Amino acid sequence: MKHVIIIGGGIAGMQCACTLAEKGIATTIIEKDSDLGGKIRSWHVLFPTFTPADQVLSAVRHRLAKAESVTIKTGCEAVKITPKCVTLSTGEELTCDAVVIATGFTLFDARLKEEYGYGIYDNVVTSVDLEQMFNKGEVRLTSGLTPRRIAILHCVGSRDEKVCQRHCSKVCCVTGVKQAIELKKMFPAADVFNFYMDIRMFGPGYEEMYREAQLMHNVHFVRGRISEVSPTIDGRLQIKAEDTLTGRPLKMGIDMLVLLIGMRSNDMNPTLEAESGLKCQPSGFMQPKDSFLGNVESPIEGIFYAGAVTAPKNIGESINEGTAAALAAAEWINK
Amino acid sequence: MKRSSWTDYQKDIADDNYYYARSCIRQNFFPGSEKVFLDILSKDLGRNIFDDPLHTSCTGIGYHSDVVPLETIMTVVARQFALMSEAGYENFTSSCITSFGIYTELLNTWEEFPETEERTRENLYKATGREFKIPKNLSHTSDVIFHHREEIARKAVRKLVNVHTGEPLRVVEHIGCHYAKIFPKKGVGGSEFPYVLAGMVESWGGEIVDYPERRHCCGFGFRNYLVQANRGYSVANSHKKLESMAPFKPDFIVCNCPGCTMFLDKWQYTIAEMEGTTYGQNGQGIPVLSYEEMAGLVLGYDPWVLGMQMHQVDVEPLLDKLGVEYDPSAKYLGRNGKYIGRPERAIVNSCSEDTLYKIRR
Repeated sequence: MKHVIIIGGGIAGMQCACTLAEKGIATTIIEKDSDLGGKIRSWHVLFPTFTPADQVLSAVRHRLAKAESVTIKTGCEAVKITPKCVTLSTGEELTCDAVVIATGFTLFDARLKEEYGYGIYDNVVTSVDLEQMFNKGEVRLTSGLTPRRIAILHCVGSRDEKVCQRHCSKVCCVTGVKQAIELKKMFPAADVFNFYMDIRMFGPGYEEMYREAQLMHNVHFVRGRISEVSPTIDGRLQIKAEDTLTGRPLKMGIDMLVLLIGMRSNDMNPTLEAESGLKCQPSGFMQPKDSFLGNVESPIEGIFYAGAVTAPKNIGESINEGTAAALAAAEWINK
Repeated sequence: MKRSSWTDYQKDIADDNYYYARSCIRQNFFPGSEKVFLDILSKDLGRNIFDDPLHTSCTGIGYHSDVVPLETIMTVVARQFALMSEAGYENFTSSCITSFGIYTELLNTWEEFPETEERTRENLYKATGREFKIPKNLSHTSDVIFHHREEIARKAVRKLVNVHTGEPLRVVEHIGCHYAKIFPKKGVGGSEFPYVLAGMVESWGGEIVDYPERRHCCGFGFRNYLVQANRGYSVANSHKKLESMAPFKPDFIVCNCPGCTMFLDKWQYTIAEMEGTTYGQNGQGIPVLSYEEMAGLVLGYDPWVLGMQMHQVDVEPLLDKLGVEYDPSAKYLGRNGKYIGRPERAIVNSCSEDTLYKIRR
């Protein structure tokens, strides 16, 4: 039986394993965490349909559980990859007929944007922290009170040369709109502001959701970056920004600041480049063989890519790439 | 404040053998600060520091006012480094924040554009016949005090604590724009959450006050002040900071930069005259200290030896909180008991007419 090793057990890797199993190909998923699922595990609902993330993940888990010849190795990492062999951090060597790399991305560390005070000031949270609060069903300030004014800042660690992240993380804009609507549903009396550089609503239903946020939920959108965050005497936060549409600086007292942290290239990509002869793009994401005709192929035959390892992608795109990479790998090993 | 980032911004600070470069502003407006810095280093800490009478202004004020060209300031700075080399030192420490920013900027420029260093060497040699070495270590004098802060704490005769309440004194720290905003990694703690002054305050028992306009410029800003028509802008900046910090009721402000010390101190008088507003407790001003003065008080120096009579805002309320014993009648006596003159009373000052000191003329 042919055997494909999938590096990364996030949504793209899981989908890839399901598809390969349907093709009668055995797979081994290598996952560094203790459980499969990747970053979607901490997500609450998905844009633009507000579908519970758990519903999507459970469906893929269910298919995977029923799939035959799928071996799952959690708590270990691949350190060297060739089309025929993967060396694990444990020293174990696994032979195979092809490899799919679905290692995804690394979240930008918001502490690097020191001016926003993440980790220093109370009630400065990231978009991921907020999703976890949504999952717990409770969004509260550290004082235990409910927020009355919330600012959501876009592009934290994206399109930012100062932190060497020039690329657009693509999904943060729509995440900001989605989270603003969720917050307004939770706290109808609260003021929710989105501070943005550009609003990039690239997907189906996204633009409609952006309009809905303004028309139905009265979410405010301010075109401008927040320059700094400070504490106030009454335990709130003061933000300074520039409203570039009116051309004026503004200062605002808020209760909570949400930082929409970007996707940066996976920390292990440089190792892949050094140890396995693969190539990184200037953004740090892995370089596919061709941007149009070989999106899920690497420059090395027998090594394939799926999901956000090559660029920021949303859940739907990652799942599609899991399928595409599985089909490409199946075609290659059956040549 | 949950400071977590300052440890990411550490810098090498020489432990001994410093070549000292004075500050134009500090030596004129706060002469006691520079004197006490030298005394603390040499007498209290037993370190070797060379106060060279041959060095000049770095011309930073002219540089930032567009009257001194880049090539000129590079040559002047190269001469300072040549003097350091000739005196047998490798560790350069600068009293002025502007100078520190300039030394940092020029060293970085020479590293990024080596041809500018070559041209500077040529210019210096042609002009003075001197040659220079790049300092092994460049630090601001606050870095040096920060480096020795625990040793100072061990030798301290008092803490930054209100002796009447036992509570830590609440301190506003202001590091000055040119300390770390230009090159954050050259300042202890970086530019967003600097730790150079905060570290001293915490080691000596005080409590740092964070407030909304903490990062804002004091208002000096060279052209803001040097061009008379712009001075309103300078006052407005100090006003913004003072308005922002006042609700936190700080006991004093400690500054890194000589210019900031001067402006946050003296503009309090101006604002009081313009608007009748004072920002300290009991209707007076908020005392503004240099870190050398703060260290000197902790080590038990006499406030008048520290030169604190040169301040616009009276420091006596702070001295009383600290439990410092001082001779009020000696406030305006300079060296050898010579009367140095007394400023007119002002609203930001603490002493009412009936407690005016008896001046020994």
